[in-house]
Amino acid sequence: MSLLEVRDLHVWFDRPGGERLHAVQGVSLDLDAGDRMGLVGESGCGKTTIVLSLLGLLPPSATVAGDVRFEGESILVDDEETLQLHRWTGISMVFQGAMNALNPVKTVETQIVEPMEFHGTAEGADARRRAGELLELVGIPTDAGARYPHEFSGGMRQRAALAMALACDPKVLLADEPTTALDVMVQAQILELLVALAKELGLALVLVTHDLPVVAQVCDRAAVMYAGEIVETGPMDLLFHAPRHPYTRLLFAATPGLHGQDEVVSIPGTPPRLDREIVGCPFHPRCDRAFDRCRVERPELRWLSEHRRAACHLNDEPAVAGRGGA
Amino acid sequence: MSRVQADPRTPPTANDSDGAPLLEVTDLFATYPVRRGIVGALKRERRRVVRAVDGVTFSLDRGEMLALVGESGCGKTTTAKAVLRLIDPVSGTIRLSGRDITTTPQRQLRPLRKTMQMIYQDPYESLDPRFRVSQVVEEPLAIHGEHRGRGARHGQVVDALTRAELTPPELFADRYPHELSGGQRQRVAIAASLVLGPELLVADEPVSMLDVSVRAGILTLLDRLRRENDMGVLMITHDLSTAAHFADRIAVMYLGRIVEEGPARKVIEDPQHPYTKALLSVVPRRDPRERLAPQILRGETPNPIDVPAGCRFHPRCPVVRDECRATDPELRPVPGAPDHRAACVLIGT
Repeated sequence: MSLLEVRDLHVWFDRPGGERLHAVQGVSLDLDAGDRMGLVGESGCGKTTIVLSLLGLLPPSATVAGDVRFEGESILVDDEETLQLHRWTGISMVFQGAMNALNPVKTVETQIVEPMEFHGTAEGADARRRAGELLELVGIPTDAGARYPHEFSGGMRQRAALAMALACDPKVLLADEPTTALDVMVQAQILELLVALAKELGLALVLVTHDLPVVAQVCDRAAVMYAGEIVETGPMDLLFHAPRHPYTRLLFAATPGLHGQDEVVSIPGTPPRLDREIVGCPFHPRCDRAFDRCRVERPELRWLSEHRRAACHLNDEPAVAGRGGA
Repeated sequence: MSRVQADPRTPPTANDSDGAPLLEVTDLFATYPVRRGIVGALKRERRRVVRAVDGVTFSLDRGEMLALVGESGCGKTTTAKAVLRLIDPVSGTIRLSGRDITTTPQRQLRPLRKTMQMIYQDPYESLDPRFRVSQVVEEPLAIHGEHRGRGARHGQVVDALTRAELTPPELFADRYPHELSGGQRQRVAIAASLVLGPELLVADEPVSMLDVSVRAGILTLLDRLRRENDMGVLMITHDLSTAAHFADRIAVMYLGRIVEEGPARKVIEDPQHPYTKALLSVVPRRDPRERLAPQILRGETPNPIDVPAGCRFHPRCPVVRDECRATDPELRPVPGAPDHRAACVLIGT
């Protein structure tokens, strides 16, 4: 049993006008303590929808199906009380844009104490002492807790948001684009902190981002998402050096490397609309290796080896499997 | 606004001179006033300024792409705005094809605006949502009084769309911005800047709002256009990997000053300034095997209101010496590489 098991997760959004958007189309994931996993893909691929569904934070227009288990217990329920049992105490989250996640009229310490008192993990002086420890853990001087978010720089606010997320000793930390708005030097500080926290506290970390190099620096493995589904998962090293899905390969090829001299190439076309049924492989119109079968049959995410899964028909073609110019 | 004064050290040249670089910026200073607020004014606090651009010198040739890189607040965007005279510099000179435009009145600047264009970061905000693509691209022609009849103007619009790779142009001309993807919108903005045939294009973070898969297409387009049209491109970016890939030269800015400048590959492969070295060491790499020991600078960039004395980088510098606290180093050529310069007392020692 894994710490967090996601099985065949689907999310639909009802849109005004009766349309239905199939935002997450059958995603399965496992996460263990100490894992650092990246969830990578372009905007609209469903990565943020997945992490919000794990916390029961999707808007009312969303319909969720599938099974999500945290420590063996099913948590995909539409019932606030059950959700409260694990939200923030079992699974917590750092949101995109920390500056918007903090309350401007409360001191930083108050905001760290709040979830503890709400979930009953600590109270009063205990909670304040714990808040001080957390601030120190994320690299903020303890006495700065009495200050307000606007007195903090972007990097400091992101650290404060991390301290808030850790307030109730969660086992899983979901980080949604935690460094996107930050400068590269501050980004390096926050990423270093995330890795250190995951190691020291034995946290399972899910890093949601469009930025492959950031995942390569922080995570051991990643799931690459396209059009609401996972198209490839595996150790970061193999995803870069021997991708088994053309989208993974092309996504790396579209990302300039600092020292690499290889040509940077964009991926032609746009992702498919998710309010229509997808026929064949969702990536085939943009794929440089598509063949007849890709246009009619949707490939399943299959295990290729102990640690790797990919959803691509090329892996059934013994002569070409996995090469694809990587 | 701050008052413009010509720099007495560099008298303006009378005429365009052949062989002058497309853009030549010398010792540029630009400041923003700091708000004191009512309380501050009543308390008669000293008026203070942010020295956003604090003595910047560089040049750009035709057909060349120069990347101005640095963290937010380093003055790269202010430098670009001053170059386009969207803000008035305090001192220094800006020469376009040899002509001093530092103090040219806005009215006389107008014909020059055709030759210098800008592309902004956010194509979701920079395009008027009520304008069709053809109107967006045609508007600069109308503003600059290119009344050559509708037919000729339409031809120019079609040509600009084609050059921005929005093909077939008829497919895009009648659409509204909301019907386009982010990448297509940025191409429309590029087409609108191309239609006047500019010599200088300033691109401020042209891809940072776009999805990874389309970024390369926009950058490759800019790269091709500047080569084909012999256009100089000043690209503002925080992304060193992008600069390394697409620019001919890189200028690294820190607290309002260029601290290192040189051919892109030299700056990336053989950085000289301790700040450049630190910055490069923290750029995330695509290859997990390249996970090296980042040299993370602690704390934050100091406030440009209080620029440190001596070398502005010395409070965070890992190799700081006593003399750094007293000496404000100038850009000096790196021994053996005259086209590569850095502002550090350790250069050549």
